[in-house]
Amino acid sequence: MSDVIHHSNIRLPEGSIGKETSTLNLGPTHPATHGVFQNILELDGERIVSAEQTVGYIHRAFEKLAERRPLYQVTPITDRLNYCSSPINNIGWHLTCEKLLGIETPKRVDYLRVIIMELARIADHLICSSIMGVDSGAFTGFLYVMQYRELIYEIYEEVCGSRLTTNIGRIGGFERNFTPVAFQKLEKFLAEYPKVLKEFEDLFTRNRIFMERCIGAGPISAERALNYGFTGPNLRAAGVDYDVRIHTPYSSYEEFDFEVPVGTTGDCYDRFLVRNAEMWQSLRIIEQAYSKVKNMSEAESQIYHADIPEYYLPKKEDVYTKMEALIWHFKIIMGEIKIPKGELYFPVEGANGELGYYLISDGGRTPYRLHFRRPSFIYYQAYEELIKDGMLADAVIVMSSLNLIAGELDA
Amino acid sequence: MALSYDHIKERLLQKFGEEVTGFEEPHGMLTFEATAAMNLKVLQFLYDEDDLAFRFLTDLQAVHYPHDKGRELAVVYHLHNLVENVRLRFKIYVPVESPDVFSATRLFESANWMERETYDFFGVQFVGHPNLKRILNVDEMDYFPLRKEFPLEDQTRIDKDDDMFGR
Repeated sequence: MSDVIHHSNIRLPEGSIGKETSTLNLGPTHPATHGVFQNILELDGERIVSAEQTVGYIHRAFEKLAERRPLYQVTPITDRLNYCSSPINNIGWHLTCEKLLGIETPKRVDYLRVIIMELARIADHLICSSIMGVDSGAFTGFLYVMQYRELIYEIYEEVCGSRLTTNIGRIGGFERNFTPVAFQKLEKFLAEYPKVLKEFEDLFTRNRIFMERCIGAGPISAERALNYGFTGPNLRAAGVDYDVRIHTPYSSYEEFDFEVPVGTTGDCYDRFLVRNAEMWQSLRIIEQAYSKVKNMSEAESQIYHADIPEYYLPKKEDVYTKMEALIWHFKIIMGEIKIPKGELYFPVEGANGELGYYLISDGGRTPYRLHFRRPSFIYYQAYEELIKDGMLADAVIVMSSLNLIAGELDA
Repeated sequence: MALSYDHIKERLLQKFGEEVTGFEEPHGMLTFEATAAMNLKVLQFLYDEDDLAFRFLTDLQAVHYPHDKGRELAVVYHLHNLVENVRLRFKIYVPVESPDVFSATRLFESANWMERETYDFFGVQFVGHPNLKRILNVDEMDYFPLRKEFPLEDQTRIDKDDDMFGR
């Protein structure tokens, strides 16, 4: 008889039979997992011997759905990938469509998109960093910064009308111009947030308990991280300065001056520090973009979309009163617009890594095939390696430091 | 020295000759096709050679072309050379009756789940994969849902007239 226990979902390392290990189900619904993740842990006392992740609990077949939806109807699907920063997903998808359709966007649209995307990045990092605090026993930071995520959501609300699953923008730009209230709120955010972030960092960065919990928990070397397909803050925490915004700039990111923070050990503490440093950089980018938008001439400040009547929905007033506009509205919504054949991969820097859209169009009304490269799906594979031989309590904090979003993981 | 697509193409043709074909650059990304048996050798060659060094597997998935007899399933690899910042894409085609493809898990840990996902949705059998089982769908599922023979809408519906909108 072989000395390996065969079970449908538990793999024990050889020789562990005499060792009296115990199996623990962490998840699928557990307060410490922040989403639907199941982990079957094999424990020796409190030390983790092996782990197996089970994913797919909220799989919604987005790739199949997208094969029957015209380009515009795919946008709400992308909302539900990484729902902590859905504007990045929406805008990434619109940028993909624009590349396929060969659309050039005006500069003002690019800058406004950059503002929205960086706000989304801040909102996402804010949640991740503060949740790390919650998981290590510090609730205050979480409640405190939540007010400023609220403010970011209010800005979204001014721009597109919704908060979490934003469905923001259109192919070619935004559905309406930013209101003065949106800019006021943005100014309020830019004025108040640096102080809050400073205070948040003061609470955590040199906090002895937090440091003890995070330093050395779940480290990964740069080489392993690359092999595991890490991207985004998790890869940068391991010391690789790969950032899609720098490597393949989109939406005029090349015009902004910002740094790419990197860590060294790739442990939880480095991931936390990298995310915090990225929030400062995002603030810098927003300030630059906002000053560019502010300094535009009166005529330019009315531009909020590219002039592409074939793809951009006509104004609602026109749709209700004019025949032509109604026809175009109908054609665009029903996907009767001309879409060229083509195949492209378009990456954007999502809040937790490289979010890629692989789109094949056969000239029909819907994508022939659409694949989302979902960063957290790819790097979650490394979870077993990160937590192995660690303590159970570390597994929880490693998970929150990876910024796993169940919606993105399961597509 | 910047790594150019011409150089990559030349190196690949030198090494593999007839086995790599169909070089093109749709939307600015080098794309080529390799024979199914050569996929791992091509990956290894691109990984090992110092002047190529494609050591980051960005993405791996499949596409189903039901009308292309003998080449129904395309497995698509996206590779990235992070130092030179060059991306490329290559595809292999396998028949749907025997969709056997060598697994890239030895080379890239990240290929593990991506291949499981591809198997899950398209039924591509990755030979040499350590744990090839379904990942997002339920284990009891007995078909591969992203293949084109499974239309999204219930096919028993007769109340919809599809002439108008080309459905």
